[in-house]
Amino acid sequence: MNNSLLIVLIASGVAYGTPLLYAALGELLAERSGVLNLGVEGMMLVGAVMGFWTVQRLHATTGVALVAAIAVAAVAGAMMAAIHAFLVITLRASQIVSGLALTIFAGVYGLSSYLGNNLNLADQPARHSFSAVFPSSMQKWPIVGPIVFGQNVLVYVSWACVVAISLYLSRTRPGLNLRAVGESPAAADTMGINVTAYRYVHTIAGGAFAGIGGATVTLAITPQWVDGITYGAGWIAIALVIFAFWRPELCLVGAYFFGALEALAPQLQARNIQLGPTVLWTSSLPYVMTILVLVVVSSGTARRRLGAPSALGNAYVREER
Amino acid sequence: MADAATIAVSMRGITKRFPGVVANDRVDFEAAVGEVHALLGENGAGKTTLSHVLTGLYRADEGHISLYGKPVRFTAPREAIDAGVCMVHQQFRLVERFTVAENLVLGDRRGAGRSFRIDPSAVESQVRELGERYRLPVDPHARIWQLSVGEQQRVEILNALYQNAKVLILDEPTSVLTPDEADTLFETLRQMAGEGRTVIFISHKLHEVMAVSDRITVLRAGRLVGTVRTADATLQSLASLMVGHDIETRRRSRGAQPVGPEVLTVEDLWADGDRGTAALKGVSLTVREGEIVAVAGVAGNGQRELAEAITGLRPCRKGTIRVGDELLDHADPRTSFDAGIGYVPEDRLGTGVAPNLPISMNLELRSFRNNSFGPLLRLRRMRANAEEAIERFEIKTSGPQMQTAQLSGGNLQKVVIAREFSSGKLTVLVAASPTRGLDVAAVETVHSYLLDAAESGTAVLLLSEDLDEILALNDRILVMYEGRLSEVQNRDSLEEISLRMAGSADGLDAAR
Repeated sequence: MNNSLLIVLIASGVAYGTPLLYAALGELLAERSGVLNLGVEGMMLVGAVMGFWTVQRLHATTGVALVAAIAVAAVAGAMMAAIHAFLVITLRASQIVSGLALTIFAGVYGLSSYLGNNLNLADQPARHSFSAVFPSSMQKWPIVGPIVFGQNVLVYVSWACVVAISLYLSRTRPGLNLRAVGESPAAADTMGINVTAYRYVHTIAGGAFAGIGGATVTLAITPQWVDGITYGAGWIAIALVIFAFWRPELCLVGAYFFGALEALAPQLQARNIQLGPTVLWTSSLPYVMTILVLVVVSSGTARRRLGAPSALGNAYVREER
Repeated sequence: MADAATIAVSMRGITKRFPGVVANDRVDFEAAVGEVHALLGENGAGKTTLSHVLTGLYRADEGHISLYGKPVRFTAPREAIDAGVCMVHQQFRLVERFTVAENLVLGDRRGAGRSFRIDPSAVESQVRELGERYRLPVDPHARIWQLSVGEQQRVEILNALYQNAKVLILDEPTSVLTPDEADTLFETLRQMAGEGRTVIFISHKLHEVMAVSDRITVLRAGRLVGTVRTADATLQSLASLMVGHDIETRRRSRGAQPVGPEVLTVEDLWADGDRGTAALKGVSLTVREGEIVAVAGVAGNGQRELAEAITGLRPCRKGTIRVGDELLDHADPRTSFDAGIGYVPEDRLGTGVAPNLPISMNLELRSFRNNSFGPLLRLRRMRANAEEAIERFEIKTSGPQMQTAQLSGGNLQKVVIAREFSSGKLTVLVAASPTRGLDVAAVETVHSYLLDAAESGTAVLLLSEDLDEILALNDRILVMYEGRLSEVQNRDSLEEISLRMAGSADGLDAAR
């Protein structure tokens, strides 16, 4: 039963969806403060390479090495996001241009390639990687075994993050302030909320999440480093936030849906099932879905109806005349 | 009347400069405890700037402020709020997607609101209690975007009361209210003053200022003209203080009822607003040759959508629009214009002109096809036409090559009017809030042009939120409420217009 296509797809959807989930949660935090970050892909790639570098070079026990790797990846992503924050919040540069520039700067043939190749990280197996935490007997339980108990610790931490961010947004004062900053910075400013500080903090935290998402790819899913290893997951994450109406719990559902789409092609191939003339179209499904979502929601009115923060993409200037 | 103990706000020698303008020039202002103090002046006289300096939104370049005798220097609105100075802005500072309660909690720095965990339901009883006491009823669960503009204003005032405001500043609060709602607001303001608060009421409408205030400070062109007791003032004396000279007003003379044929006929028109909900719900109207039909109503009841539908900017779901015998079915702006419909839009800088182009180009936006040689524009002829228009419409500018965005509001409106008047036959003119934000002299000029247009046989449809304008220029008055029109029977009855604006005119129509 646990080998049926559906169960395997859900279980690997959860695994493959976890990097997307981290990146999407980070993007959600930034966008809720009114900052659109198109640099997620670049931040994931930098997080991926820095996390992998840490486990290869740090001589420590598996646990310590992995925790350190995640921390390094988070810091790397946060530093990239700090550049974005400075450009768009302090200097009020275009958020779209700055984000695209960061992705190009960090992407394939950019910073992440340079780091990975220069530090000789390519074509090596990871010395430490995340693996399932529950005993294998539990993983054999029907249905919940592979889906719930067959996962690594990063999956469980991401669930905690979803719950924490959801409560943060709906039940806490900083969360309320954050939503106000993203909806109406002028109102927030009048009420004494520091718009700049809220935007900086949440954009940088968002970058850290993207970095962790990248490290999840190189340390848990495919424990190795190759150039451009995230394969556009950052872009999917941006679409995912819209798809999820800017709500963390829906990000989880969406991430696992896209994760399952990603797992579809290899699973079908493994089972010698051929849908259509070529396998190409099944493996391109996540990207096609991403484009469709972005096309549907790219009109301003549609975004507003879906619940986009009203001030998303706009710099805030107080004394304007 | 005010000795040191009772002075709430004192501003001395306030100067605030913006690039190229001095918005406040050594202004002195004083308001006492327990009074409603009106700040009167034309648009651009510096009233809003002065209040923004008081609330910490702007920092004064020179001058001193003291509250209850203690010098203060606010660098952010929050500091002013903590000191008890709250402002109800013209553009509300509310988070549209939040509920009323959430908006109140947002600014709360005391008690329940200060804790890390928040519970908006905790303030609900307080909202209800304050609402009852000050006649400001509002549902704490409602989201701001679901409320009418008048209700949103109540939320702003409730918020100030909830913050324990001792000094409340209201910037043009009646511009979004029906006359009845304005009267209720005045009662609330008097009640607040009676409790020892200070209310500063900013307005350019003389009769309102006379109705609600104890004292009046008049500003003109950024300078203080004087402070008078309301009891000693008359409408005439205030008007001359405010404008600095006498103004000759032209009104539509009665009995000039035109008998020409119907030129613009709109039947059962339905159209959607920007949010996708129906904004026009079966609108029918006719305008005859040489007639001015004025459409009154509180902003946001479908006036903008009506103007856009008639001028071909907004698609219609159902219904017909005719100019003469020509049916404009699913028209686009160009077909509408070719049929003779001119348009003076509400947002003159955004919709009326291309702000970065020179004046000569903007004057030719409608007729450049006649001034071209194949794909090439005949620039010299366009410039000559522009010079002619500048002279005829008395546009104050350094020349036809000046960037249009640099014009003042009144001159900008003249550019729009000049273009619509001189670009071809003008059978119908749709004018939406044509004098909003203009000074008194410019208002008179614009009114003159509208009257001239009507006299030369153009059918004028005037949409306005300004009742004075509606009363001065009309042959018939229609009132728009929630996407429907009703005709005012007695054009002198402010009461009837007000009832219709509030949507409670059923009794009037049933009684007939």
